[in-house]
Amino acid sequence: MTDVRAATGWTTSDSELERVREEDERLARERTKIARDGPGLKDAELAARLDRTWRRPPGIIGWLATVDHKEIGRRYIITALMFLALGGVLALIMRLQLAEPGNNLVGAQRYNELFTMHGSTMMFLFAVPVMEGVAVYIIPLMVGARSTTFPRLNAFSYYMYLFGGLMLWGAFVLNIAPDVGWFAYTPLSGPEFSPGKRSDVWAQMITFTEVSALAAAVVLVCTILKARAPGMTLARMPIFAWAMLVQAVMIIFAMPAIALASGMLISDRLVGTQFFNQYEHGDALLWQHLFWFFGHPEVYIIFLPATGFVSVITETFCRRPIFAHTIVVLALMSTGILAFGLWVHHMFATGLPRVGYSFYTAASMTVAIPTGLQIFCWLATMWEGRPRFEVPMLYVVGFIITFVIGGLSGVIIASVPLDLQVHDTFFIVAHFHYVLIGGAVFPLLGILTYWYPKITGRMMSDALGKIGFWMVFLGFQLAFFPMHFSGLLGMPRRVYTYPAGLGLELPNMLSTIGAFVVAAAVGIFVVNGVVSLYRGRLAPANPWGAPSLEWATPSPPPAYNFPHVPVVESRTPLWDTGPEMPVLTGLRVDEKEMLLTTVVAAVPDLREPIPEPSLWPFISSVAVGVFFISSIFSPWAVPFGAIPCTIALIAWFWPKEMKRTPEPVIS
Amino acid sequence: MIPAPRFTGSVAELPTTKFGSSSLTWWGIIGFMVIEGAGFGLSFAAYFFLMGHEQGWPPEGRAAPNLLYGTLFTIVILLSEIPNTIIKKAARERDVPTIRALMPVMIIAGILLLVIRGFEFNNLNCRWTDNAYASIIWAILLLHTIHVATDWTDTVVLWALMMTPLGWEGRRLVDTDENSLYWRYVWLLWIPIYLMIYWVPRL
Repeated sequence: MTDVRAATGWTTSDSELERVREEDERLARERTKIARDGPGLKDAELAARLDRTWRRPPGIIGWLATVDHKEIGRRYIITALMFLALGGVLALIMRLQLAEPGNNLVGAQRYNELFTMHGSTMMFLFAVPVMEGVAVYIIPLMVGARSTTFPRLNAFSYYMYLFGGLMLWGAFVLNIAPDVGWFAYTPLSGPEFSPGKRSDVWAQMITFTEVSALAAAVVLVCTILKARAPGMTLARMPIFAWAMLVQAVMIIFAMPAIALASGMLISDRLVGTQFFNQYEHGDALLWQHLFWFFGHPEVYIIFLPATGFVSVITETFCRRPIFAHTIVVLALMSTGILAFGLWVHHMFATGLPRVGYSFYTAASMTVAIPTGLQIFCWLATMWEGRPRFEVPMLYVVGFIITFVIGGLSGVIIASVPLDLQVHDTFFIVAHFHYVLIGGAVFPLLGILTYWYPKITGRMMSDALGKIGFWMVFLGFQLAFFPMHFSGLLGMPRRVYTYPAGLGLELPNMLSTIGAFVVAAAVGIFVVNGVVSLYRGRLAPANPWGAPSLEWATPSPPPAYNFPHVPVVESRTPLWDTGPEMPVLTGLRVDEKEMLLTTVVAAVPDLREPIPEPSLWPFISSVAVGVFFISSIFSPWAVPFGAIPCTIALIAWFWPKEMKRTPEPVIS
Repeated sequence: MIPAPRFTGSVAELPTTKFGSSSLTWWGIIGFMVIEGAGFGLSFAAYFFLMGHEQGWPPEGRAAPNLLYGTLFTIVILLSEIPNTIIKKAARERDVPTIRALMPVMIIAGILLLVIRGFEFNNLNCRWTDNAYASIIWAILLLHTIHVATDWTDTVVLWALMMTPLGWEGRRLVDTDENSLYWRYVWLLWIPIYLMIYWVPRL
């Protein structure tokens, strides 16, 4: 090997080798003096020192530089709820427009923008990010870790999401909102039929949110697999962590499809490629295949975390472990796999080969089996347990009823003849709102009520919570059940009005009233959330008597989550451990450090330094944001925009202290 | 309410650096490889989807891309695995001098590959605007070029870091190890792409 070194001229001198040897010895000596927690350093003194180490600097810089998963998770949740409100207002405007026949509150063009913005906002800016946000907050606590892995990537992911949302809504304010549906079918969205920049705004919003979701997915997978508390083997891992693991893996496989598709769409529009142009051997169906290869798993990307919420709430409020834990986990996994084999059922109306129809009908019906198994497991848990019907549990009951109705309408439209009949009608609108609102938003509202005391340190008002639940549950049925009938009567989706005398007046009026009841209920939820922040009863560490580790630390948790590393001996640690909980000690106190464990058996493996707060993730996201937005207007933005991104990412990676330390520190 | 701690042991003696699947860097790199692999896989699917509609491939009786530069690229990228393997092994043995000496070889190989890639684009016998066939082969070749360029930039930055005293730190050696792993991924991806761009149109 010496020859190679001599030949290239890049040699390392003997004196440097000697220096390195001396330095290694000095560092080994210093290593023995490092402060660590343990029987000699615990309680108040430990808490004070850990707090000094883990707290971020104050002020706006510290706020932008934070890498605390709790802070990032909170921002994710609040931002996503704001987009929920915005998307909800669009829905209300659409419902007002449809309240009576021949209405002209909004015209056809504005209506196109409204449903596009509503769908895109709800799917990309609310549903996926809110699930990621809840997980980013809770997962490290639930698995007993001090932080997520890659905390700076986590911060970057939030800023990318925020900028993508701001870009879409900025475009709406500037009257260049996309108007081609949340799925932007070609050729409608292509250069021929959508001149201007509306479709490009949609495609780049996708790019932002997909970068964000992919980054968060990697963070979550690594946290769940590598940062679990010692003893939390895969067999003992909480079901919510399983749900998030499956969801994050699904994101990793599904999002590249939409990235590729939106990239092709933009290049068709900007530089004249011919992917979707049938006159030059392209194919509009290529878009639909790529879009739905992402779009169908997307539904489960939203739904699986929600099933995790349901398992969490059901277990706690029935005071017994989930019935058939293993079957629930296997159901999550098989749903995740089957979800990738169904996408063509969105394309039944495009004229497929017969065998394609049969295969995708069968596959679409099959996916009902694991979901059905989960529902039976929850019912069995309630049957065997002693359910307490507090607000989160009410949402679970509302979820089961609503989701089963939506699931049944879903199973029947897996059949091609029926699908062709109701395709593009309000029947489909009813179906997917039953599965998305019933299946994801109800559990979300339940889990936000449930984890609110952990996040804020106060309880939400029970009375307002119950009023809100009943309004949202009943209002939802009023809004969406009549849509089954308007759909069967032939009312098409995405058309801004309808004529009188077809029997559509009553169901539409009922839907509009229901929509406003739901909106009022969401308003009550928000008021409850805000008022309880100041007036709510102070929450103890474990107000619901729950079994998982996030409740083994104060509410709200300190910046370092746990003073010592908790050790897990069962699936429901807080129910099974006595007044004392086994812990491991020995992590650093004066620098941020966490414990990594092995993937399957969760045996302590190595100690990992946690990065200091840094502005570079924020600066990088600004650079990437400028890159993405300017590439709407010119292809030259791609090479030139890449330069600041590269510089920012290098600065992010480059160590700020060039001195060797006894143990690694990420500055 | 919070259970009191019962001290059962200490993790103070655990290492802070391990190679391979113990390290988070490995998991992060694998995560991004899977993401990019899914993207490449779908672009391959799009290629065959578009091909399925055609009577001829390339369509309209056009010429397939010229073989010379693509083949040259393949040979160079395969040969680059030799220094790459030596660097990877040296990282695991904390042999910093060898890493410092060989990384410039990888950097030069990267420049060479990017230059050859330029000629490849020029010898595809089509422009991306011609038809969907041309669009998809340009897209796949461009995606791969981005990977070559990204790893080249990584290698330059890492080499600069390895020349400092921090090059002796365990984390930097893990970075070097994983950078080599990523380069393997880049050339492994190239093999199906080479076949799809240069040989499938000749079948």
